[in-house]
Amino acid sequence: MSVAFVDLDHVKLRYGGNADAPLALDETSMKIDKGEFVAVVGPSGCGKSSLLKLVSGLMPPSEGNVIVNDREVSGPLKIVGMAFQNPTLLPWRTTLDNVLLPLEIVEPYRGRMRGERKAFEEKAMQLLAKVGLGGFERKFPWELSGGMQQRASLCRSLIHEPDLLMLDEPFGALDAFTREELWDILQGLWMERPFTVILVTHDLREAVYLADTIYVMSNRPGKILLRQQNPLPRPRDQETTFRQDFIDLVHALKNQIRVVRSTSSEGGQS
Amino acid sequence: MSRRFQYSPWVASIGLFVVWEILVRGLNVPSYVLPTPSASFVAAWVFRDAIWMHAVQTLLTTLGGFAIAVVFGVVLGSLVGSSRAIYSAANPILIGFNSVPKVALVPILVMWFGIGTVPAVLTAFLISFFPIVVNVATGLATLEPELRDVLRSLGASRLDVLLKVGFPRSLPFFFASLKVAVTLAFVGSVMSETVASNVGMGYLMMSASSKFNMPLVFAGLLVIAAMGVAMYGVFSAIELRSTRWATRGSPTA
Ligand SMILES: Nc1ncnc2c1ncn2[C@@H]1O[C@H](COP(=O)(O)OP(=O)(O)OP(=O)(O)O)[C@@H](O)[C@H]1O
Ligand SMILES: [Mg+2]
Repeated sequence: MSVAFVDLDHVKLRYGGNADAPLALDETSMKIDKGEFVAVVGPSGCGKSSLLKLVSGLMPPSEGNVIVNDREVSGPLKIVGMAFQNPTLLPWRTTLDNVLLPLEIVEPYRGRMRGERKAFEEKAMQLLAKVGLGGFERKFPWELSGGMQQRASLCRSLIHEPDLLMLDEPFGALDAFTREELWDILQGLWMERPFTVILVTHDLREAVYLADTIYVMSNRPGKILLRQQNPLPRPRDQETTFRQDFIDLVHALKNQIRVVRSTSSEGGQS
Repeated sequence: MSRRFQYSPWVASIGLFVVWEILVRGLNVPSYVLPTPSASFVAAWVFRDAIWMHAVQTLLTTLGGFAIAVVFGVVLGSLVGSSRAIYSAANPILIGFNSVPKVALVPILVMWFGIGTVPAVLTAFLISFFPIVVNVATGLATLEPELRDVLRSLGASRLDVLLKVGFPRSLPFFFASLKVAVTLAFVGSVMSETVASNVGMGYLMMSASSKFNMPLVFAGLLVIAAMGVAMYGVFSAIELRSTRWATRGSPTA
């Protein structure tokens, strides 16, 4: 594919509107293909969450262009699914009804909800079963563990089959076992029906496990410092994490980030 | 409420009456200063027909004012809670209004509507809508930023956000405010009846005190208190049933 699905072209972002406010993102350029799995890593506060908001149209860039699917982004896109570190499920809805929420909002599902609710419920139950939540459909979120809530949140972000999935440290608050289990689940869902993913994470192993391409960002104001292709074959599994090329890639990234951070702090960035 | 404490409210109330009875008798307090509870109960029985008639009047007046307060409070609370502009515009006015003693408004209402039921209904309304507005607005305004982003990225309209998240989220706040508001509404209607009416519990107590019938005054107080407790109980029960999720399923929390 010659034209990128997501194209950030020399984007700058500052919060607050006035021109001398400090930059949150500086000269950020990215090209992401349709169906590509991208991971973004970088120090805290460098603008990773802001980047997701730009791409999904929740915020306009201060300078530069954001193009998604051949169109300039000028308002919230409707083809996006999002999940965050905090599962943000609605406590008055059952797990099933939480997962159905996007279908009550996004067309064309919204108009068909009344007539086809049964079919949609079936679809949601299948998705829940895939992430290991079969049998928990009628439970309320507060009756689920943190990891289970995060699975439900992942289902909610995918039920309307978005073309673009934004994940902001979705596994950050989970224990190592649950986290790696969810890596496999996410990879499985993505391999079934490849959608474009932008995953923000602090975990280099997570980035290397899941992504096709890894972007490393600098300290605030965030810039893309490095774009690293990940040649590891798929599907990746627990064995992959013990392979020498996996370990080498994690190492290489770690070293590059160390170099990058020391040079950018010499540049006087605070 | 757990079964173990099922009887404690009764024990506490009866205990209060017993202590009151003993103190008044022991200290020989004259009945025109503070009647015994037993004398008050006797008065309540003797004047039961009059009390019934006035109590029904007060109850209807209160519920009428309360109903207006609920509708008005929900509408205003929704406006205030869903727009920052309206919030900052309305906030000082609301706080200013809430600081005005409502008893000062009764003469104005009487000037406009004459004495009787209308000013009592309006006073009940004016005194009870504020907590509803504040609670509904708070419930609507406290939307987590992440959840807002999820909804906006789905293309949800403001109305969608309000219906799917805002209102359900503010329900527990709303019901909590109803309990408070209904007891305030009693304060409003009785106050107005005391100043400017010839029906209702307020009027009954006013006229009894002008005849130095203190047991009847206290009988009136007890009836009002009982109506307040009953209404509070009704709205607590509704609250518990409709917002089980807010207490995470445990009814005592
Ligand atoms: N709503 C806001 N108003 C003003 N400044 C903000 C706002 N949100 C973020 N910022 C600023 O923009 C910068 C980037 O924030 P962002 O949340 O994108 O960082 P991040 O990379 O996601 O950090 P973390 O890894 O800690 O989540 C931060 O330095 C922050 O101070
Ligand atoms: Mg962030």
